[in-house]
Amino acid sequence: MNDTTTIGLTVNGQPCVAEVEPRRLLVDFLREDLGLPGTHIGCEHGVCGTCTVLLNGASIRSCITLAVQADGAEISTVEGLARDGEMHPLQDEFADRQGLQCGYCTPGMLMRACEILAENPDPTPAEVRSAIASNLCRCTGYQFIIEAVIGAAARMQAGGSVMKKAMS
Amino acid sequence: MTAPPVRDHSRQRRWVGQSIRRVEDPKFLLGRGGYIADRITPGTLHAAVLRSPHPHASIVRIETAAAQAAPGVRAVITGKQAAELCDPMPDFGPDPARHTWRCLAADKVRYVGEGVAVVVADSRYLAEDALELIEVDYEPLPAVTDPERALDDGAPLVHEALESNCAYERTFDFGDVERDFAEADVVITDRLRWHRSGGQPLETVGAIAEYDPGSGSFTVDTNTLSFTSYLFMAANTLKVPANRLDIRPVPAGGSFGSKLFANKPAVIAAMCARATGRRVAYLEDRVDNIANCDHHGSDRVYAVELAMMRDGTMRGLKIDVIDDYGAYIQFGVGHHGNALAQVVGPYTIGSVRYRVRAALTNKNQQGAYRGFGSEVNNWMLEQMVDKAARELGLDPVAIRRKNFIHQFPHFIPTGNVYDSGNYDAVLDKALELADYGHWRAEQRRLLQENRYIGIGVISAQERSVFSATEFWFWFDEPGAPVTSTPESVTLKVDATGGITAILYSCAFWGNSPETMVSQFVAEEFDCSPYDVSVVYHGSRDGLPATGPGGSRTTVMLAGAVEGAAGKIKDKARRAAAHLLEIDQGDLEWADGGFRVRGDPERRKSLGEIAVMLHLFKHSFPEDIESGLDGSKVFDHPYTTMPSADRKDLGVFYPFMGHACHVPVVEVDIETGAVTFLHYAAVHDCGTLVNPRSLAGHIVGGTAQGIGTALYEEYVYDSDGQLLSSSYLDYLIPSAMEVPELVIGHVETPSPYTPHGVKGGGEGGRMMAPAAINAAVNDALAPLGVRLTELPMTPERILSALRAAGATG
Repeated sequence: MNDTTTIGLTVNGQPCVAEVEPRRLLVDFLREDLGLPGTHIGCEHGVCGTCTVLLNGASIRSCITLAVQADGAEISTVEGLARDGEMHPLQDEFADRQGLQCGYCTPGMLMRACEILAENPDPTPAEVRSAIASNLCRCTGYQFIIEAVIGAAARMQAGGSVMKKAMS
Repeated sequence: MTAPPVRDHSRQRRWVGQSIRRVEDPKFLLGRGGYIADRITPGTLHAAVLRSPHPHASIVRIETAAAQAAPGVRAVITGKQAAELCDPMPDFGPDPARHTWRCLAADKVRYVGEGVAVVVADSRYLAEDALELIEVDYEPLPAVTDPERALDDGAPLVHEALESNCAYERTFDFGDVERDFAEADVVITDRLRWHRSGGQPLETVGAIAEYDPGSGSFTVDTNTLSFTSYLFMAANTLKVPANRLDIRPVPAGGSFGSKLFANKPAVIAAMCARATGRRVAYLEDRVDNIANCDHHGSDRVYAVELAMMRDGTMRGLKIDVIDDYGAYIQFGVGHHGNALAQVVGPYTIGSVRYRVRAALTNKNQQGAYRGFGSEVNNWMLEQMVDKAARELGLDPVAIRRKNFIHQFPHFIPTGNVYDSGNYDAVLDKALELADYGHWRAEQRRLLQENRYIGIGVISAQERSVFSATEFWFWFDEPGAPVTSTPESVTLKVDATGGITAILYSCAFWGNSPETMVSQFVAEEFDCSPYDVSVVYHGSRDGLPATGPGGSRTTVMLAGAVEGAAGKIKDKARRAAAHLLEIDQGDLEWADGGFRVRGDPERRKSLGEIAVMLHLFKHSFPEDIESGLDGSKVFDHPYTTMPSADRKDLGVFYPFMGHACHVPVVEVDIETGAVTFLHYAAVHDCGTLVNPRSLAGHIVGGTAQGIGTALYEEYVYDSDGQLLSSSYLDYLIPSAMEVPELVIGHVETPSPYTPHGVKGGGEGGRMMAPAAINAAVNDALAPLGVRLTELPMTPERILSALRAAGATG
């Protein structure tokens, strides 16, 4: 099990090269090797979506993806959302609408929401509900998550004219 | 103790009642939550547990040499060795010596998933590799998984020392049961079955332990700190004095009860840390959390009789319940104490006979799941009320309204008190939000098209703030009739006037203790809640605390903050009087400081007082010490002792919330699928602290209740195999299964708590299973079909339809 493979990838815009065991899961590589603990492990079967990250802009389950499969890819995680000390509109809307309780599914939900809004910048609540059914949340019953995604969509549509609130 | 004084709640509140953003959230949104798995440092070893594939088997031989020789392995500990290293687990159950529970099975396994050995290795990967090299010879034994069969003579014994699978049996009579049944016009009877499900937080239970051989002490970080005052029991398990074990809370990725007093992972991590001399992490994987978690929910068979008058008056209730506790019984039958707190619901039922039998079977043991057994009682009672309405030809709304309690405080037959309530107001608001008349018309119209629409209306209780008596009033001579369930807060005002609140349990679980405390502190001191700093203290040198559970956190923290703030204000007032050279009695608190009554320009802010008290000792009389802080150990505000004959259990769960849920469903009689057309929920949890947070708990709890009602079940087959050990088979509702809720609040303050707050964290799940069952039964009433078993899977619905000859 000591054989390793060299992989090169971009994580949150930062290029990186690493030696990994072929069996190493992408989620463990991100959390332990790169020190990015924001991506969480939930069911370990690819069902719950807690471990969702974006690979070349598309959501994947990092708990059932091998790190070697990310060779050459661009990976985005929750740590890349806030910029210059300001939350992403999705993060800010989740805070404003209480779209989280324990916060454990939240990074995966945020990354999935990024993908949803990239594909459909002006979704209806029903479209958001259907789209986030990929990810389980055990706390919120989803209602305030849907409100937060709709709220973020409106702000992102309005573009730079909407001031992002400072963190905290 | 009698009732505490009735409080005069201020109408002027600045922060309590505001839906402010939660103070906890930024770190979680930024991916810096600091959960237990995030705290693994380089060099930390990882533990993995070998689980039994058998439901019931003797362990004949375990061979660990190959595992010990595997790469990166630092230790392998079998159950037998663990029994040398550790004493049995903390256990509040009846007569634990006769059903001994250990962190790993020593001689025989009693359920699929029970741990038999643990491997400690340099990584989780290497630990799991080594698990596969352990050879265990099992001698399978016959298993029992049906709680009724488990009580039969000759059933396989889960614990030979007990000589029976009945861990506990008792019948209580409250009020004149015989008279009420003799005078009844009709007795409604039913048999009801509630299968087991569980909290299933997306984060499992985990602990990271270190052992310091120099001092002989453990430090354990974990996501499960609660019952802080009882953690000496975990120290006993680890065979160290209580002051050599420090358990430190870290944020939990959800609990829903399943992280309440979950000490097994902490004990395993600590045992391994001492054995290896290294820092060891034991994080359950998902299968561990499903199959070997000690916190499955209730699993009950009911035979119930409800004595009724023809006019719809409810007189008496006879409940005979068998509860399947699984292989161990760590909390005794406290779940039924919970039920007895509100056993008659919101109704003026005059008498209750309650018989409980606790069956042991070859399943994972029961623990806590949002409701702690009283949600099952709510479901049972509302089923009986609906059945009575149907058999007597009464309207389901009218029969409830006719029997509502109107006078408060109200003592129910068991002796518990309902402090306050306004059940008609909740019902009225729920029917309005549900657009009840419209949906009744739609139901009639759509039935013409052979579409089966059902409207559930249930009105039920949400008890809050338990006291310890519910765990021991079951026994005439209890071994430990404890009465303390306190919560403590320390507030410290620094030299700049900044306030830090220290909590002594109350691990963050997704509830929001930091936001609640910040709002209460802000209310006391007129500061911003965002300027309050909140820290969690470890168990060892902390103050007495109990932690979340029984919807107690907000009420108890409110009391502790009030008490600690009062001490600070007393000292600050004296200091301000000295600085302003005026009598203390001439000062009043206003706008974050003390001012002279009638001369508001003469004032000292808290910051001005604090800097003087911290840095200028000689400006004060000699007996004033430097610094400005206060601690409050807030004990349960209203507990009375049970009577010796147990005809009256005393007051043990006094702050009584209430709710009405009105779901509208459609049942597809071809597929057995249930879909929601509308869902209204109105809750009364007393004064609201953060309405948005409470609404979030109502929706989330209802989503879990939807799982309980329709999807979620830990399925054990008759041989004892667990068929639902992953999320492929254990179905948690997604956004497509949870409807948008229309939520309403009624606020009937408690007369006895700070601000009039009651607990509200469990209400959604305490109502939804009953409400959805009622809605499905309403939909199928034209076909003469009633579902009496949860979850109402498509298979069970179709089976009921077939039994009634109602399918095509």
